[in-house]
Amino acid sequence: MTPDAPALSLEEVRFRWPGRASFGLSVPGFRVAPGESVLLIGESGSGKSTLLSLICGIVTAEAGQVCVGGTDIAALRAGARDRFRAERIGVIFQQFNLLPYASVTDNILLPLRFAPERRRRVADARAESARLCAALGLAEDIPGTAAGRLSVGQQQRVAVARALIGEPPLIVADEPTSALDAATQDSFLGLLFGQVAATGSSLLMVSHDERLGGRFDRVVPLAEIARAERRAA
Amino acid sequence: MILRLAIGSLLARALTVGMTVLAIALSVALFLGVEKVRTGAKASFADTISGTDLIVGARSGSVQLLLYSVFRIGNATNNVTWESYRDIATRPEVDWIVPISLGDSHRQFRVMGTTPAFFEHYKYRGGRSLGLSGGHGLKDLYDAVIGAEVAETLGYEVGDPIVVSHGLASFTDHDDQPFRVAGIVARTGTPVDRTVIVSLEAIEAIHVDWRSGAKIPGRTTPVEQIRQMDLTPQAVTAALVGVKSRLQVFGLQRWINEYPEEPLLAVLPGVALQELWQIVGVAETALLAVSAMVVVTALLGMMAMIFSSLNERRREMAIWRAMGARPATILGLLVLEAALMAAAGAVLGLGLLYGGLVIAQPLVDSAFGLWLPIGWPDGRELAVLGGVIVAAGIVSLLPALRAYRLSLADGMMVRI
Repeated sequence: MTPDAPALSLEEVRFRWPGRASFGLSVPGFRVAPGESVLLIGESGSGKSTLLSLICGIVTAEAGQVCVGGTDIAALRAGARDRFRAERIGVIFQQFNLLPYASVTDNILLPLRFAPERRRRVADARAESARLCAALGLAEDIPGTAAGRLSVGQQQRVAVARALIGEPPLIVADEPTSALDAATQDSFLGLLFGQVAATGSSLLMVSHDERLGGRFDRVVPLAEIARAERRAA
Repeated sequence: MILRLAIGSLLARALTVGMTVLAIALSVALFLGVEKVRTGAKASFADTISGTDLIVGARSGSVQLLLYSVFRIGNATNNVTWESYRDIATRPEVDWIVPISLGDSHRQFRVMGTTPAFFEHYKYRGGRSLGLSGGHGLKDLYDAVIGAEVAETLGYEVGDPIVVSHGLASFTDHDDQPFRVAGIVARTGTPVDRTVIVSLEAIEAIHVDWRSGAKIPGRTTPVEQIRQMDLTPQAVTAALVGVKSRLQVFGLQRWINEYPEEPLLAVLPGVALQELWQIVGVAETALLAVSAMVVVTALLGMMAMIFSSLNERRREMAIWRAMGARPATILGLLVLEAALMAAAGAVLGLGLLYGGLVIAQPLVDSAFGLWLPIGWPDGRELAVLGGVIVAAGIVSLLPALRAYRLSLADGMMVRI
């Protein structure tokens, strides 16, 4: 990774879902600096998920460049892209983040299985996972329990620990607070920001909720950077 | 870690996975059980007679000769004259020879006339000799030694009187010369169990007053007088022969088959047994094929189970993908799960088989004289178990490929 490169940059990106000609997305230009936290505001259906899929390299753009830490994702082969995602990006979903049958610790350690570099940055993976759990306010007996038995709020915090372990440079969160009530939302964001600041990662969060904006370096309406194209089907 | 997660995933679906594993286990136990009975039956069958180098009888077919001389099924079309018997017995190659005279019966059991040497030379199950569970061997002219099944079915004990009937399924009894149960042969699992053994002379003795298969009217020679007579038979039905050196078997066989005075047939028991097994074995093979189909059915059931679970696991696949797992990893995960289920089924099936064997072994042995050995699984059985696991992996490729395609299309964003 080039040190000065932005954590994320999209240039002249055009994308259309294969087989679904009715919907496409174009992003003329968008950047996230290293260590920066950005909140993208967008209603559902505005292309949030498509944008995140592009950033994570699940789908590739027809034209333009999607660079994470200076690397053009589209230039990588499929297998390398999966590995790249594991190494560089921590992902937090809206809900159902965890494998319900696996223990909390196994869930947190899972990305390290596919990311040897992240694995190397962690001296003792289990200790690190326990440390993250503690830092995120999870009780001591949590790591051993099956993830499916936790409350939604606990699960989202475990998802944060999993995204952060091994310090990936970019954290991508897709409406991580939408399943939480207002009080839990606030404490969750507090913990998330605390840990993201501690690792120095960039944070890109997508949400429809503008009230979350206060903690972020930048709040960007999705409509400003991306244009969803919809044709009458 | 992947293995631990795969096991965790299976345990989380304990009910459906458990049923699938049980189905595989039952099918594996059935298959191995049939295989066990098949090899056991084949071994028992092949063990019916051992230690005998040649069976000699009148010329017919080798299977027919084997059937009537060893299995007491069917009848001889002709006898071997005593002269021919003597000629064979005096050959230099012959180490021992035991005559067999058949034709009479007691109830539903055959009566066999032979010499005490029969007990010495007749071997079964790899060289075991006949043992007596009570009484003694043939001493007196009217001594009979009965097989275990004869004793059990008819409730005979040592000392009981026996009346031999003339021919098979006839109404004429040799009631003028009753026999006495002198001994009972311990169960062998061979046709000996269903045989009444008397001396060759006794067969001659009870037919003293008979000519051409019918009793001479009005003639009854007293037993005391019969005991004084020369009871050397005119003919015997067959003879078991042992040679001094195994190398001489074929020479002697050819000599007997080319014997000019009378058409004779000498067969190697092992070869004849194999010919017979080829006839009987077809049914066993069919049974094995059916149980193999049951295994296939169980595996197809597993495939259906994996297919139906795919939809509810799309979210899980998306998580794996987001963590950086390649679609190939997801494919591998599903195949691994299938192999684990099959392995659990195979081990459980093996357990069921051995459990069943421990319970059934004594019952089967006493009821059918079929000995099912309990030992470590042999190479063939391990190959079957391995084959089931590999087959499960192959079968699971279909749903796994579907999961592969789903996870490529869904990526990380699944809306369910």
